[in-house]
Amino acid sequence: MNQAPAISLEGVRFAYKRSAPVVLDLDEFRVEAGERVFLKGASGSGKSTLLGLIAGVMTPDEGRIDVLGSPVSTLSGGKRDAFRAERLGVIFQMFNLLPYMPAGANVMLPTRFSARRRKACAEAGGAEKEARRLMARLQLDPDRYWSSPPTALSVGQQQRVAAARALIGKPGLVLADEPTSALDADARDAFLSLLIEECTASGAALLFVSHDGSLADRFDRALDLSQMNGAAT
Amino acid sequence: MTRFPILSLAIRSIANRRGTALLTILTVAIAMTLFLGVEKVRHGARASFENTISGTDLIVGARSSPVNLLLYSIFHIGDATNNITWETYQQIANAPGVAWTVPISLGDSHAGFRVVGTDNRYFEHYRYAGRRQLEFAEGRPLDALFDTVIGASVARELGYSLGQEIVVAHGTGRVSFVEHDNNPFEIVGILSPTGTPVDRSVFVSLEAIEAIHLEGPTGAGTTLSVEELLAMDLSPDQITAFLVGLETPVAALRLQRQINTYRVEPLQAIIPGVALSQLWSVVGVAERTLAAVAAFVVLMGLICILTAILTSLNERRREMAILRALGARPGHIFTLMVSESALLAFTGAVIGTGLTYGVLAAGAPVLEQQYGVHLTETLPGLFDLSLIGLVTGASAILGFIPAWAAFRNSLADGMTIRT
Repeated sequence: MNQAPAISLEGVRFAYKRSAPVVLDLDEFRVEAGERVFLKGASGSGKSTLLGLIAGVMTPDEGRIDVLGSPVSTLSGGKRDAFRAERLGVIFQMFNLLPYMPAGANVMLPTRFSARRRKACAEAGGAEKEARRLMARLQLDPDRYWSSPPTALSVGQQQRVAAARALIGKPGLVLADEPTSALDADARDAFLSLLIEECTASGAALLFVSHDGSLADRFDRALDLSQMNGAAT
Repeated sequence: MTRFPILSLAIRSIANRRGTALLTILTVAIAMTLFLGVEKVRHGARASFENTISGTDLIVGARSSPVNLLLYSIFHIGDATNNITWETYQQIANAPGVAWTVPISLGDSHAGFRVVGTDNRYFEHYRYAGRRQLEFAEGRPLDALFDTVIGASVARELGYSLGQEIVVAHGTGRVSFVEHDNNPFEIVGILSPTGTPVDRSVFVSLEAIEAIHLEGPTGAGTTLSVEELLAMDLSPDQITAFLVGLETPVAALRLQRQINTYRVEPLQAIIPGVALSQLWSVVGVAERTLAAVAAFVVLMGLICILTAILTSLNERRREMAILRALGARPGHIFTLMVSESALLAFTGAVIGTGLTYGVLAAGAPVLEQQYGVHLTETLPGLFDLSLIGLVTGASAILGFIPAWAAFRNSLADGMTIRT
């Protein structure tokens, strides 16, 4: 496994425009390889900004960000996009799936964009086999749901497809942005258990962001972004 | 990072919005059909116009303007300013280098169709659409004094058949008060359709023209019997115009100059091709206007694509965010939008072209049979292919507008899903 920390931020400051107020001011933030971290963040705490910076969609105005040993804050835009395709899995709050692709194809999408993930799947017996395995692990019967259009799935099922997609091809880090906020209590607990289990099984670090602090005790470590962020209002 | 499967994504994305996509494609297809249809008719009209007369080296008439002479002698539009004396005609007909001549005498009509006084050399020497000769659908050329041969449109519109008798009227209006009804003509021949003014002509002999005007031009004709008439000298005093064929076409310019400077009476000779293109430069304005209108229709089709894509943009912000999260670059989002726009236009253009040629293929035999319009291009050619390319390219360029908007959205949204 990669021994470099999954995430390492130092002295990061970010504003959307040069004249706009700073929305994120983090002295230090670390997630170790394979670690599962809960990050509590109310809306407006800068969590989306933080995730955007870690994923390399945006770059900080100041400071340094290393993800899985790569200096994403200094990479070029194209390299950051490529890095994201190769090494990260992302799960959103809802509407994770491309509406025009069936569940199975959605799970396999990352392998179409990344040679590294294709290779990781090939070692496990091929992309489709791996996708079916992950779906089964997340308690979505692949024989039944493989060809289902996203609209035919419940929100909980959609989130599990998204989790399978994030995990395919052994990414080093999974970023989850409030993936349970659209789920009811039972579905939320089931989803959380499956997600943590699968991250552990594949050795991926997990950064789970939510405003719901009651989930925190399921993780290795819990942090509150509002307290860490010097720019929080 | 491997090649981003943009095209297959674009196709799936369009298929997902198939309702709007089909309507958009349909709009482009109809615009394309209209444009190609106008183009085909334009070319067909121009070709049949230019094909009206060929194989004739010079047309000779009284001095006026070349276009005027062409209009009245060949297209039967308007009237001659003056006539040519028979002596002058004979002199030029017998000039060295002249292979054949066809005299034409105009001024009478039948039910609005022009009566052309001529002789059987007309059927022998008149050529249209390259080298095509006049053909008899039924019957035979002129023989007896009051024989007549009619064009295809005359026969079809008036429902005439062989053996029927018709009366010609003085003047060229549809309604005439002076009919030469003492001397009915018998239809002995009906010509095949040509798509030229020949279809709308009634042919009689020069002698017959002379005979029905023996007792003055405004009379009902002559009361003399055919035998009495045949005993007379019916060679005309004057004719309206005549066609000239030369032994070698290179002599045309020299003979033209000689005729134009003829001292005995004011004449002019025109080279049909030159006069036709002069005439077309006048008629062509309408044709170009039509083409411009059709081009604007195609532009409207493309703007429909633009509208459809721009409208869908907001609801697709999350699609863009997902793609970004999966590692798509902003450039890929840009390409996705542009290829969608191009794909819609391409599909529409191909369908439109197929539609046009399908209709042409189905309609060509009918057009040929009924109207003598001969369509030469019944398969898509280089022009159509490059038009498809042009429409696709233009749409791709218009696609830059939504692509730029999506590109900026995806930069601003990052991975945040805006719903």
